[in-house]
Amino acid sequence: MDTEYAVSMKIITKTFGSVIANEKVSLDIRKGEILSLLGENGSGKTTLMNMLSGIYYPDSGEIFVNGEEVVIRSPKDALKYGIGMVHQHFKLISVFTAAENIVLGLHSKGDLNRNAVAEDIRKICDKYGFEIDPNKKIYDMSVSEKQTVEIVKVLYRGADILILDEPTAVLTPQETERLFSVMRNMKADGKAVIIITHKLMEVLAVSDRVAVLRRGKNVGILNTAETGIQELTDLMVGHKVDLNINRSPRGELTKRLSIHDLCCTDINGIPKLCDVSMDVFGGEILGIAGISGCGQKELLEGIAGLQRVSGSIMYTAPDAEEPVEIVGKSPLEIMRSGIALSFVPEDRLGMGLVGNMDLTDNMMIRSYLNGSSPLLDRKSPKDLAKRVVNELEVVTPGLSTPVRQLSGGNVQKVLVGREISSSPAVLMSAYAVRGLDINTSYTIYNLMNEQKERGVAVIYVGEDLDVLLELCDRIAVLCSGHLNKIFEAAETSKDEVGFYMTCLDPEAAGKEDKTI
Amino acid sequence: MNQLIALFQDAIVFGTVILFGALGEILTQKSGNLNLGVPGIMYLGGIAGLMGAFYYENAVETPSKFLCILIGLVCSFALAAVGGLVYSFLTITLRANQNVTGLTLTIFGSGFANFFGGSLNKLAGGVGQIHVEATSAAFRASVPVLSEIGVVGKILFSYGFMAYAAILIAILMNRFFSKSAMGLSLRAVGENPGTADAAGIDVIRYKYLATCIGAGISGFGGLYYTMDYIKGTWASDGTIEKLGWLAVALVIFATWKPLNAIWGAYLFGVLYWAYFYIEGLTRSSQEIFKMVPYVVTILVLIFVSFRKKKENLGPASLGLSYFREER
Amino acid sequence: MNRPEKANKDPLIRIAKRDAISKPRAWGIRLIGVVLALIVCAFVIYAIVHLNPLKVYGSMFNGAFGTEKRTWVTVRDAMMLLCIGVGLAPAFKMRFWNIGAEGQVLVGGVATAACMIYCKSFPAPLLFLLMIVASIVAGALWALLPAVFKSKWNTNETLFTLMMNYVAIQVTSFFVSKWENPYGSNTVGVINPNSNEGWFPAVFGEQYFLNVLIVMTITVAMYYYLKYSKHGYEIAVVGESLDTARYAGINTKAVFIRTMLLSGAVCGLAGFIAVSGASHTISTSTAGGRGFTAIIVAWMAKFNTYVMILIAFLLVFLEKGAIEIASLYNLNNFVSEMIEGIILFFILGSEFFINYRLIFRSKKEADAE
Repeated sequence: MDTEYAVSMKIITKTFGSVIANEKVSLDIRKGEILSLLGENGSGKTTLMNMLSGIYYPDSGEIFVNGEEVVIRSPKDALKYGIGMVHQHFKLISVFTAAENIVLGLHSKGDLNRNAVAEDIRKICDKYGFEIDPNKKIYDMSVSEKQTVEIVKVLYRGADILILDEPTAVLTPQETERLFSVMRNMKADGKAVIIITHKLMEVLAVSDRVAVLRRGKNVGILNTAETGIQELTDLMVGHKVDLNINRSPRGELTKRLSIHDLCCTDINGIPKLCDVSMDVFGGEILGIAGISGCGQKELLEGIAGLQRVSGSIMYTAPDAEEPVEIVGKSPLEIMRSGIALSFVPEDRLGMGLVGNMDLTDNMMIRSYLNGSSPLLDRKSPKDLAKRVVNELEVVTPGLSTPVRQLSGGNVQKVLVGREISSSPAVLMSAYAVRGLDINTSYTIYNLMNEQKERGVAVIYVGEDLDVLLELCDRIAVLCSGHLNKIFEAAETSKDEVGFYMTCLDPEAAGKEDKTI
Repeated sequence: MNQLIALFQDAIVFGTVILFGALGEILTQKSGNLNLGVPGIMYLGGIAGLMGAFYYENAVETPSKFLCILIGLVCSFALAAVGGLVYSFLTITLRANQNVTGLTLTIFGSGFANFFGGSLNKLAGGVGQIHVEATSAAFRASVPVLSEIGVVGKILFSYGFMAYAAILIAILMNRFFSKSAMGLSLRAVGENPGTADAAGIDVIRYKYLATCIGAGISGFGGLYYTMDYIKGTWASDGTIEKLGWLAVALVIFATWKPLNAIWGAYLFGVLYWAYFYIEGLTRSSQEIFKMVPYVVTILVLIFVSFRKKKENLGPASLGLSYFREER
Repeated sequence: MNRPEKANKDPLIRIAKRDAISKPRAWGIRLIGVVLALIVCAFVIYAIVHLNPLKVYGSMFNGAFGTEKRTWVTVRDAMMLLCIGVGLAPAFKMRFWNIGAEGQVLVGGVATAACMIYCKSFPAPLLFLLMIVASIVAGALWALLPAVFKSKWNTNETLFTLMMNYVAIQVTSFFVSKWENPYGSNTVGVINPNSNEGWFPAVFGEQYFLNVLIVMTITVAMYYYLKYSKHGYEIAVVGESLDTARYAGINTKAVFIRTMLLSGAVCGLAGFIAVSGASHTISTSTAGGRGFTAIIVAWMAKFNTYVMILIAFLLVFLEKGAIEIASLYNLNNFVSEMIEGIILFFILGSEFFINYRLIFRSKKEADAE
């Protein structure tokens, strides 16, 4: 066994049910290097690292640490071998101080020696260039400080191999620079650092080697110095796959939504949308492409009234002359003012449907207030449920089955069926085919086309570029909350869209790109 | 002046009962369990101690003071802890709803204690006829010499040893939470069991231990009530239940800090007894006075949620059950 | 190359959440729980009384339903318990833990008693109307306070409503001492004993007929309200998922407050029934701890008001039966609380088997390792 490798993963396969997350992936990580793990959503990069950090266990394959084969069944096991992972969602206790979080669970007897702990923390910070106050409470900290606490936590427990999952997603450019210099210090100290990312500029800026995963497979490990943006993008998105999705001809276009300078921030104060402006037309399908977390969720929820945004969204109804401002209206007000907006959210059972209710009751979530009687009208929703079940071939034991017992595809059919039934003027859907089988996916594509033919403005947020290119008429690419570019789908390529998804400033990248 | 001294003495005796109850519940709640069974547990502690003492005194010619106290303490803690164990088993292992389980425990504990208390009364010849004098006297023995020193002696030193034990337990508990490694782990369990679990802490064991030991400590409140407050007898008038709920109120009032619970308990005692000592209060206005501790607690609840200072809100996962997700 | 020993086999017993369980099966499990509890209680009874438990249970039945009068008393008390449970149903369905039923019942009772004392010269229909309105308003206001604070500042409703109970007890004591009769007794005694102003009239010759009528009407009404009205739908959605409620455009704050007003109102009405239709007096034990028991009733019936009828009867049956065996066998009354507690523990425990199943490591799996 080569002991120059800190970690060796050999022919690792992991499946969840029928989904193959990682297929025969082999990866070597050297000591004293920074390795980037690059890939689109669903490429398997986080799953792979979760197996190193003990959250999942591989179905087959072996893992070696410093030349010895190891079995990692829990995060505690991983730390025993010196592997520590910093996740995207922090596991910190907000009323504790940084020091208390760092030392939690390490001792079970005796008193805490706070001074000794603070001293050890300071040593680690000095060594690598962090700055944290051990006695500061977590709830007083910024997101970047919290991330630092998580990193120090892992170093304090003796990790030699650090895995950072999309660390820069929550950082400002200056904080990102600081993180990079810390990573370089760790590398100089002989540690192995793995950074999971989708941002090409960062890959080029900080890593020594880059491994690219696509659809669960390792498609290439390159030395960063010897590659460039073009080659990496090619590897990341791969060749275009022909899906034979029908794209109906575009009909007469009418402007439905006019979005200007839309901005919003999340609860931590991080900007999620920055000055997004675009027009949405009835009679076409507008696709929204972007890495998860780029702001698509906030965009759709902002239009639906579920997310507070600033800026302007003007809606023009099919029979009205004057456009109406949507920003500032709650979902109820939007419904009441006759704005026919339908939204198929990403969270099907957590937001779009009530899992414990049956089909009939779920059909009336938007329409239950109809009619002047204080009693519910269950007849129309029941008829609607029957229609949806028949037309979309929903597999269910009956109309009174709670929807959470249906399979994912059928749940989605119920949700989409309901949203279409209200004859909207604008139909938005987020990740409509995520986790669905092929047949159901095609059913959904056909539904989108039907709506488009009726003159509905369809907004389709998806993560599969092949689908977006075939199904949509135009594609808007978001990155880190900015609208990078809008393409005509027929006139662009998978490469080009993938390129713009990775947050590049096209001119600057063009200048620096070393094409091979 | 004598009135004032008497008020203080009553207040401190009263306060000690609810202090034990509150301290036990603070320990339990720090682990994330909201145990509304505190009144029931105090009942169990009271009756167990009384029964232990009763049988011992009746079985032996000259009861030894030391054994009297020991038996009282052990029986009381044991039965109360069993009550905590039932609660823990139902809510942690069987994942039952905490509120409902706690209330059931209160119903059961009250029924159990009053039943056996009534039986004991009958055995002894009538209500209020149980005399466990040796034990009661032992519990009530005040600090020798010091309690004779005038006013100060009366106010500070004329209580049974359990009053001082309560203060000691509060101080030790405070130290446990703030300084020890186990205390930190326990607080983590109550704040965010998922994070504690990921850090390798045995969440289930901490919850069980905190709830059972907490129940035992609360049980001491019942024991003190039986032995000191009503001087060694059993009355089925529901006072222990009222005191139990005041103890729950005290936990909130003290914002889950043991040291606050000490002065809070005595404050509640003063508020409770003040009506007795204020001249000219009609009996109706006395009743209004008696609601002050609860109103004050509500104000604290409102104030704390208004200000949103996180430490004062109570453990973040209080009342929620924890299930580790399947891998 | 030798593989290191895979450290973990599947544990011997694993716990997995059930996807679904048929309703009959669920109730079957609960029934088994009750039967097991009765068996345990039988042992307990035998240990104390050294008598045949079946005989004892027989006496219990006698105590609850032995004579017509007894049956009516059992029915009357079951109706009380049921009324409070029905009042709690909408709040619990919304996952708002209203532990304050005891207090809401008391203030409703106080309001009723006040009408009976101060307005006794009013014509009977007007007096009744006044009592109903007063008790509803009192209960609703008592519940409004915690609801407002919860919706504005997310104040913990469990603790707030709990404290409100004790304030209500003191308020009741205050009025009891104001209205005490005779002077110095600290009890109000029966109100209007001679001319029965404000008492429920006997209907069809039965003193408690009106109790049953009113409570059953409320029970049926609440069932329809929760299942068939738009409000009920909103309550269900809010209780299941706040996100979905937002998505559906439901104003969750308004739903909270409206539902708590309803809950408090019904509990206040229970106080009216207790004072005007049962004891005809007011004291701090007018609610008799039923506010707490009803919480258990409501929760166990899974907020289904019809099932609550069964459970309420079961609990009151236990109570009456226990009083009977207490006097028969020279025990004291508190044995009923003990038995009640044991049965409730078992039912609580049986919920586990309804929601989860145990997976035993099969021999096949073990062989394959």
